[in-house]
Amino acid sequence: MSTFLQQLVNGVTWGSVYALIALGYTMVYGILRLINFAHGDIYMLGAFIGLYASRWFNAAKDPSPVKALLVLLTSMLLSALIGMIIERLAYKPVRKSPRLSALITAIGVSLLLENGGALVFGEDQKFFPQLIPQKTIALMAGVSISNQQLIVLVVSIVLMFGLRMFVLHTRTGKAMQAVSHSHMAASLMGISVDRIITFTFMIGSSLAAAAGVLVALQSPKIEPYMGIMPGLKAFVAAVLGGIGNIPGAVVGGLVMGIAEVMVTGYLSPTYRDAIAFVLLIVILLVRPAGIFGKAVTEKV
Amino acid sequence: MKRFLAPAITLVALLALNQSLPRFLNPYYFQVLILVGINITLAVSLNLVNGFTGQFSIGHAGFMAAGAYGSAMFTMTFGQKIAAAMIAAHLPPVVAQGAMLLASLLLGGGLAAIFGYLVGLPSLRLRGDYLAIVTLGFGEIIRVIILNVDAVGGARGLPGIPQWANFFWVFLVAAIVIGLAVNLANSTHGRALFAIRDDEIAAEALGVDTTAYKVTAFVLGSFFAGVAGGLFAHYLSYLNPSTFTFLKSIEVIAMVVLGGMGSITGSVLAAIVLTLLPEALRAVKDYRMVLYALMLIILMITRPQGLMGTRELSWALFGGRRRGGSK
Repeated sequence: MSTFLQQLVNGVTWGSVYALIALGYTMVYGILRLINFAHGDIYMLGAFIGLYASRWFNAAKDPSPVKALLVLLTSMLLSALIGMIIERLAYKPVRKSPRLSALITAIGVSLLLENGGALVFGEDQKFFPQLIPQKTIALMAGVSISNQQLIVLVVSIVLMFGLRMFVLHTRTGKAMQAVSHSHMAASLMGISVDRIITFTFMIGSSLAAAAGVLVALQSPKIEPYMGIMPGLKAFVAAVLGGIGNIPGAVVGGLVMGIAEVMVTGYLSPTYRDAIAFVLLIVILLVRPAGIFGKAVTEKV
Repeated sequence: MKRFLAPAITLVALLALNQSLPRFLNPYYFQVLILVGINITLAVSLNLVNGFTGQFSIGHAGFMAAGAYGSAMFTMTFGQKIAAAMIAAHLPPVVAQGAMLLASLLLGGGLAAIFGYLVGLPSLRLRGDYLAIVTLGFGEIIRVIILNVDAVGGARGLPGIPQWANFFWVFLVAAIVIGLAVNLANSTHGRALFAIRDDEIAAEALGVDTTAYKVTAFVLGSFFAGVAGGLFAHYLSYLNPSTFTFLKSIEVIAMVVLGGMGSITGSVLAAIVLTLLPEALRAVKDYRMVLYALMLIILMITRPQGLMGTRELSWALFGGRRRGGSK
């Protein structure tokens, strides 16, 4: 029982990282109907920006929680900027083209970030400095959580809650909801659709960057291709929860994280990468709209 | 008689080239040539799905892997023994090995087609990008399974496959795929596929069974991806799961996109160019993938229909003929 609970703790922590990445996928899909394949690579960039920021703040030699927070914020901010640039340069020109072109563009951007990253950062693994030394906190007999896991959980919950408040209660957030329903109607109501789309990319990118830094805190090896698998799995998590649905992305991320940790613990770690896609095929067979999604009937 | 003329000429030409080419091409160029043939098969078969039908499959490497490993396992467990028995019964080795190669290719392609059916049926019923993500997932699952099954070599790879495939077989398959695609494009069924690509709702309203057609096109594409995989296995005589990653799928997609989705000659040309280009660019191979990525993005922004669009190169009129509805 205690192993199961321990796995559950690990699964929820890992799942909250997926949830953070999945939020960006689901928001962009909700507004543009585009699978932003490059999103997982923003997560990678976030980790690398975090690495350079912590060198800049000299956080490796003299770690402190304030510096860790500064690193997180710098990474989120710069990644938001990168997200904006990508949207403006690559996605905006193909917005009116068939969706296939947009999808291929997204794949192109993803390849560009991975291989460009390999050129700039080097292909080898880099070590992310220990910004917060690890401590283990016992929850109950046989179940413990590390302070890093706790930070991951707390930061993700804060970010998700903040996003929910933002989308539901601010003018920009409401405009985002309007744009996701209909670009045309939203623009007739005086909403600048272009600005909202750019803004959505910025928010999604900063959340992915946060996930990148949080993961790097726990498992400090980072490399330019690290975003591919988590990106794909986070997308599956978004589909699982119902793509375009914000609470769905969080639930999907948690389900995915728990499923992966359980497969690793009880079956075999080698099947870890496969479970995500098995889940995907099952959900498409049983409930293609996802757990929280509503089936949309298409109008002619 | 006329309809048998083109296949007959192709067959004779292939046999003649098969005998003469290895004599004056050095082994390196010859291997690149073989890869060109395999890539033509892959690109045209993916074009059936992405270009003709407008669906988006990004797991072609997965089907190729299924076919490669399936056919290689057949050859290594049964094919070699049967071929040896046939040779012992005084059949010429060329015939015995050819027959067994054909059997293994059909089996590998069949295996890939079955996977294609299993993957395609649930996802092609849905509209939109689900096929993309499911095929991607399938490609990864296949790779993880191959990595974990010791009987097929796991991560070490599978050595010792007899080298039965040669120029003749590789380009015969390529010619068959091209012939099939051309005939399909000019048939009722091909028109149905184009109709689905151009407007699925309108096609359905006109009585086209969209799901059946999409699944058929997808299964056909998977079959030939599997056959291409089988040829790959029987030419290189060694398989490794790291060949069949997502990047391999992207390579094939780049061929289809560059050539123009829906254009058969476009796919063939792009397959040739994109196989030769990396060999020519070996000097700057660090930048190869970056260039690839930039090419995809710029192409999509400036010319989303690809170099050829849906047009075909033809002798009679250069770029005059247009197939299907235009976008």
